[in-house]
Amino acid sequence: MDTPLLSLENVTKTFGGIKAVNNMSFDVADGSVIGIIGPNGAGKTTVFNLITGNYVPDGGDIRFQDKSIIKLKPHEIVEHGIARTFQSIRLFSNLPAIENVLSGLHCRMKSGLFSSLFRLKSQQMEEKLALDRAMQELEFVGLTSMWNARAGSLSYGNQRLLEIARALASDPKLIILDEPAGSMNQPETEVLIALIQAIQKRGITIMLIEHDMGLVMNVCEKLVAIEYGMKIAEGKPEDVRNNPRVIEAYLGRDD
Amino acid sequence: MIFKNTKNTYFYLFGIFALFMAFLPCMLNTYWTAVFVSVGLGILLSLSLNVILGQAGIFHMGHAAFYAVGAYLTAILNTRFGIPVFYLIPVAGIASALFAGLVARPIIHLRGDYLLMVTIGIVEIVRIALVNDLGGLTGGANGIFGISRPELFGIKIKKDIQFYYLIWTFVFATLILFYWLHNSRFGRALSCIKEDDIAAEGCGINVTHYKTAAFMLGAFWAGMAGTLFAAKMTIISPGSFTFWDSVLLFAAVILGGGSQAGVILGAFLVFGLPEIFRGFADARMLIFGIALMVMMIIRPQGIIPPAPRSYILPEIWLKKLNNRIVSEKTQD
Repeated sequence: MDTPLLSLENVTKTFGGIKAVNNMSFDVADGSVIGIIGPNGAGKTTVFNLITGNYVPDGGDIRFQDKSIIKLKPHEIVEHGIARTFQSIRLFSNLPAIENVLSGLHCRMKSGLFSSLFRLKSQQMEEKLALDRAMQELEFVGLTSMWNARAGSLSYGNQRLLEIARALASDPKLIILDEPAGSMNQPETEVLIALIQAIQKRGITIMLIEHDMGLVMNVCEKLVAIEYGMKIAEGKPEDVRNNPRVIEAYLGRDD
Repeated sequence: MIFKNTKNTYFYLFGIFALFMAFLPCMLNTYWTAVFVSVGLGILLSLSLNVILGQAGIFHMGHAAFYAVGAYLTAILNTRFGIPVFYLIPVAGIASALFAGLVARPIIHLRGDYLLMVTIGIVEIVRIALVNDLGGLTGGANGIFGISRPELFGIKIKKDIQFYYLIWTFVFATLILFYWLHNSRFGRALSCIKEDDIAAEGCGINVTHYKTAAFMLGAFWAGMAGTLFAAKMTIISPGSFTFWDSVLLFAAVILGGGSQAGVILGAFLVFGLPEIFRGFADARMLIFGIALMVMMIIRPQGIIPPAPRSYILPEIWLKKLNNRIVSEKTQD
């Protein structure tokens, strides 16, 4: 079997006395779409924050392309090829859409203080290429005509798409989407489903948290169900959905 | 709506302003020329602070400390070793930048007002160290005198009018360089950090690195301004680098709003206006205080907040955008 793109090995994170993530292990295969599900407060976003370096695990290891990434800072993890979106949209809302995407390209550009201060030829060339690439990403998510609009002025659905474009601009191998369909209506969700499939076609692995079961069942090849920071089920979407422990976690026990 | 690239009017404004400042001394007597020299220095310092405060959003209220390092280093090296002032401009810049890098390391992760408090501490520590005649080099409360005039192409710069052109040349060079810097990967990174540093880190920007770099660049420019100040005054003392001077610089940037035009205007108001109101010197601070309060209420973003950067889209994209709109219209 191939080595997985990402693997969590007995990862634990505690806040005070609460075990937010408890001895969590699972693998993410290269090129797959994997969904993390679970009731509110189960620790899904904490898992994402551990992978992206916003939190440091108290125990266990997280390996990406067979290298441990738990000691890396968030921006270094982006450089290694893991990009993310946030549950509560975190765009640079006063900057135009195009600049939000350019900020995702930041870690793939080289111009430093000196070449920027003196506007060297190399810097101008790089800016041109970056602008073109940023427009391509905007086109990919379908926001070209809003390239110059203030990010904060876009609709919520479009803001989510812009966040995805920003993440894609960093050339990730793995993209982590935290509730991408949050505050989206049905047609917008359908656009999102098509987008997720298009991202997968580009060879990018996708990990997502989502409450919209329709979307999850539609796009995910594998699900991991979490409750109280522990993995309660893992496997094919159909199997996980019919798993008694998962049903119990969502609906409660019938005593 | 048809998509097209907007013309950048910035350079026209810049040219008109430069032309105006070039001919201004014809209309000024020596007193007002001297005033404009100090306003020019104020603008230079405000622009350097603007990189830190306006662009990166770091609340830094101790900029006079970096100015002092540049001025004192110039004074010491010039009076003790006779090194010409012009050679000392980059030396003072580098020394200030290194000093800033050193003090920034442990504090750069602090947020907002916490950082502000520490930077106030820095400027006080520097001033007290200077008053206490640090290492027997700084001359205590009297300061250092006898700094030589700068010499350029065999011309000794000592008249106010000569300093006017020297300092304003510096100002315009700074305006161009910082404009380029603002419109680059570096400038964008600072804008992102100012907007949301967690999101900036999350999309691959090394926040600590860029904050430190902004701090050091601002200090570099303040250090160079310190050299010009020392050469202009020929005598410097700790009284020129107090907390109050830092507050004035801070006020100039906040009042202006963080754009280049705003910072120039802010510095004019903060450093030039008091000269006009010399007549009622006692009430100056009162007027200044009231003006600041009124500003905070009616226009908290400053007089001229920065305009969004303009990007020149390649023809291909303009065509695509315009064709798309046409096709969408025919669909209706």
